[in-house]
Amino acid sequence: MSARLIALGIAFATLVTVPYWMPGDYYINVASQILFYAIFALGLNVLVGYAGLVSLGHAGLFGIAAYATAYMLQTGYGHTAAIVVALIVGIASMAVYAVLSLRSTGIGFIMITLALGEILWGLAYRWISLTGGDNGISVRTRPEPFGFSLASPNTFYYTTLIIFLLSVAAMAVLVRSPFGASLMGTRDQPRRMNALGYHVWMIRFYACLVSGLLTAVSGILFVYYTQFISPQTLALTSSAEVLLMVISGGAGTLLGPIVGATLVVVVKTVVSGFIERWNFLLGAVFVAIVILMPEGLVPGSARLWRLAWRKLNAPAKTAATEGEP
Amino acid sequence: MSVLTVTGLCKSFGGLHVTTDVDLNVEPGERRLIIGPNGAGKTTLFNLITGEINPDKGSIHLFGQDVTKVPSRRRPHLGMARTYQIITLFPRDSIVHNVSLALLGLSPLRWNPIIDMKRQGHIVEHARAALERVGLAHIAERPLAQTSYGERRRVEIAMALAQNPKLLLLDEPFAGLSIDERRDVQQCLMAIPRDVTMVMIEHNMDVALEFAERITLLHFGEVIFEGNRAEVVADPRTREVYLGH
Repeated sequence: MSARLIALGIAFATLVTVPYWMPGDYYINVASQILFYAIFALGLNVLVGYAGLVSLGHAGLFGIAAYATAYMLQTGYGHTAAIVVALIVGIASMAVYAVLSLRSTGIGFIMITLALGEILWGLAYRWISLTGGDNGISVRTRPEPFGFSLASPNTFYYTTLIIFLLSVAAMAVLVRSPFGASLMGTRDQPRRMNALGYHVWMIRFYACLVSGLLTAVSGILFVYYTQFISPQTLALTSSAEVLLMVISGGAGTLLGPIVGATLVVVVKTVVSGFIERWNFLLGAVFVAIVILMPEGLVPGSARLWRLAWRKLNAPAKTAATEGEP
Repeated sequence: MSVLTVTGLCKSFGGLHVTTDVDLNVEPGERRLIIGPNGAGKTTLFNLITGEINPDKGSIHLFGQDVTKVPSRRRPHLGMARTYQIITLFPRDSIVHNVSLALLGLSPLRWNPIIDMKRQGHIVEHARAALERVGLAHIAERPLAQTSYGERRRVEIAMALAQNPKLLLLDEPFAGLSIDERRDVQQCLMAIPRDVTMVMIEHNMDVALEFAERITLLHFGEVIFEGNRAEVVADPRTREVYLGH
């Protein structure tokens, strides 16, 4: 337990000091990207990992929150109004998603969320009066909460870090709570949960709303980071990418989506500068993960670590217990 | 007032009539056994009573209240619990967590997203008490994946008992058990006090007959005989339909 606390302490210290040891603004921006994609992955993980519902339409929700922010700012509203409206639009869209797709689970759920994501992508592309179509919408300024400008990479990083830490803490609390236990119960034995008196549909619906909230938060951070939103963000590849973050890191674990987001963002941004065929590399990494650790990087590493630990300690232990029958 | 009254219940899957005009009346404290050959519609009858499937016709009353249209998830809150013929547990969790989920199902706490589940002492305490009743308290923390089939059967019963039901539906609680395990389960069931009414489906006649006072014989979805132990054993229809000679 104390080892875990030390590890968390080191991770926290590393995150807080990023602007001091990162070589340049570019890398600080990469760190910001990792953090808001991690929030996105945490949001999707609520459904994929804890509710057992795989969504392939989350880029649509991510994008709609980003578009709502950009549109509000374009029409002349302030940042507060834009963010509040974007959160409401994001959660409301998730509620519509949920009502339509929770009619089924498994493949049915995947296909309905996929279709809804494609509809939103199509709207972003074609509803030109609202979205600007292919040209997208630019966001001119970042907010200045309490006179603290987010324009520089450092201040944006710290804001993202605070929101990221709050999201992780909220997830940690949720997973340990009775509602978390109920949610995981509906993942493993929905029929039994119903017979035990749980409202399976409603539990899944609430989980969708939590997922929608985190997705909207990450979408808003995204649009303020890039200061631009275009239909490309809502494409199916984006939905697949965040799903890969969750699965490669380890669905149904707290740290998995964060590790997955780090992996994908680092390969996409940093490694792509050195290796032209970075897509190929990312694919190879995923194949390796699926073969070596099908449960994901975090639980997989934990398993290998335990195995190695046992092997190292095995001779010592047999010697120690030899005296006992 | 009867605990369970089923009147004129019908259910068909396509052209297959799995339940045909079934009437059933179970009095408080009764130990009722439902027997019948494979495919007689015993488990379907349970699924209709618990509301997992909806009847085509007929009505179901629980404790005098018409529950025919009440959703299945509400029925445990009225005081009914069931066990499954095919074990339906949470394999990733510990035994005590399995039973805790049964308790949580009837508690408003199940919606709480903030408090720590592990610190809810009263839930864990109640779960342990239920495990005590089936003789599993000593392995409460063990992951379910590391338990034997017989232990899992008893976890099923502990989960049902934890909900403190007034009516307990047991679907083949002895299925697939060894003689020793059967004796353990039988002891658990015999120890349940009379304020719990029990309805059991069972094929194993030795233990089942010892348990039951009244027996209902189902065949092709119909009740073809109902009576006490001696009457059913002596009746030629039982021999014909069930014992096969």
